[in-house]
Amino acid sequence: MEIRENRLEIKDFSLYYHRTKALEEISMDIPEKKVTAIIGPSGCGKSTLLRSINRMNEMIDGVLTEGRILLDAENIYDRSIDVVELRRKVGMVFQRPNPFPKSIYENVAFGVRMGENKQAKGRLEEVVERSLKEAAIWDEVKDRLQRSAMELSGGQQQRVCIARALAVEPEVILMDEPASALDPIATAKIEELIFKLKEKYTIVIVTHNMQQAARVSDQTAFLMLGKLIEYGDTATIFTNPKNKTTEEYITGRFG
Amino acid sequence: MPVTSEKIMQRLLLAVAFSALSALLLIAVFIISQGLPFIFRYGFREFLFSSQWNPQAGKFGIFPMVVSTLWVTLGAMAIGAPLGVAGAVFLTEFVPRTVMRIIKPSIELLAGIPSVVYGFIGVMVLAPLIRDHLGGPGLSLLAGSIILGIMILPTIISISIDSIMAVPKSYREGSLALGATVWQTVRMVTLPAARSGIAASIILAMGRAVGETMAVIMVTGNSVKIPGSALEPVRTLTANIALEMGYATGMHRQALFATGVVLFVVIMILNFSASYVMRQRKARR
Repeated sequence: MEIRENRLEIKDFSLYYHRTKALEEISMDIPEKKVTAIIGPSGCGKSTLLRSINRMNEMIDGVLTEGRILLDAENIYDRSIDVVELRRKVGMVFQRPNPFPKSIYENVAFGVRMGENKQAKGRLEEVVERSLKEAAIWDEVKDRLQRSAMELSGGQQQRVCIARALAVEPEVILMDEPASALDPIATAKIEELIFKLKEKYTIVIVTHNMQQAARVSDQTAFLMLGKLIEYGDTATIFTNPKNKTTEEYITGRFG
Repeated sequence: MPVTSEKIMQRLLLAVAFSALSALLLIAVFIISQGLPFIFRYGFREFLFSSQWNPQAGKFGIFPMVVSTLWVTLGAMAIGAPLGVAGAVFLTEFVPRTVMRIIKPSIELLAGIPSVVYGFIGVMVLAPLIRDHLGGPGLSLLAGSIILGIMILPTIISISIDSIMAVPKSYREGSLALGATVWQTVRMVTLPAARSGIAASIILAMGRAVGETMAVIMVTGNSVKIPGSALEPVRTLTANIALEMGYATGMHRQALFATGVVLFVVIMILNFSASYVMRQRKARR
């Protein structure tokens, strides 16, 4: 089972919202330490699929799931799985930067403080510094760690949120349109960061921006109406898609 | 003629709105004009801080009532605030929304029960319980605090729920996604973000507790003295006015109005600070 370590596999996964089937039997292997992009028209279920990987959909009443999602060969929907533990392994960055109304330091320290990792708690300052450096924002905030994170610009806030997710040392990072609320320069910084982060982390990113998917991802999944239409190397999907619908979407015929 | 009827309705509504405002103003002016001269004549310090209340002998010190009001209110807050906030947290974070939508209006219904009914339950059920299990006459500071603590629950729960629900969902999601438990999220993220609304609910509830009269008269025993323990009977400022107004004349009557002035000022301060705290929250957003 050695080979399977750190791997994320989605197997025949379906999700129902009340009676509606929002995701239909999706199967895909997400390679580790690569960037996997999920694209598709709005309402196709791409965010829902992403949020299934850290079980954030459970906060919504009336959601039922079928099938499995395996992380390190363990089904994350198994009863024995502690969802809190799972979310420490699978971090998440949201569409709109959502720092807590606390200091920059406290934002990044939050996950560690809430957790049970005594070692990390003892080296909290180190962890905060390392995370902010990894998120490429240390130089911009190192002199004002005690200031409120709400004072930062949107792009900086988003990188603090990324640092916050990195601080708990996840294996996988989910990004839900992380740059859609940002200006082009801030977006470029986030993309650069994603490129760097994949050395250490498995990244799954949802984006409505196809150029972004082409730029940052190694694998691309195209979803429509809750179905996985095509999944493969980003280069192949964008230059030589097998499916007609994919091609039409990629070339901007609809969406 | 729609335009004319529009105008008439507008004038009518304006008149009604102003009548409510002028009623408030008249009450304030009346109480102050009746009570304030007495306070100056009798002496502010003597009135507020003397323990002698003996209208026949011309002694009007309301200190025991001030202390009793303070204790009854604090006791009510000690009971009602934790219960109310805990209830609000439970209903917003730990039960499905549909359940909350049923329970919240029922709690708000509690506010509609006449206070005499609360007092009646206090006399018939609570006072004997206290007498039998804890000693004392039963009608006591403790009984008053418990009854008031229950009476202020709707205020605290309802406003706290509103302010907890106003906390952006993204804060909660951010916290949960970092592997915080639901309880950690409540304690570290949701409650701090909602704290000004919760504080306002507690201050408003305090105003209600200070001003409550009927239930308090029925369950506190009403003897004029500084209480030595929670099991002793006390008389609050409101109870003092209500009990003696019927037969008071002259100085005595003015002294009661002066008591009203004190209450009026306290409640004004509480209400203003509640709306100040609420505004703070809006300014921060």
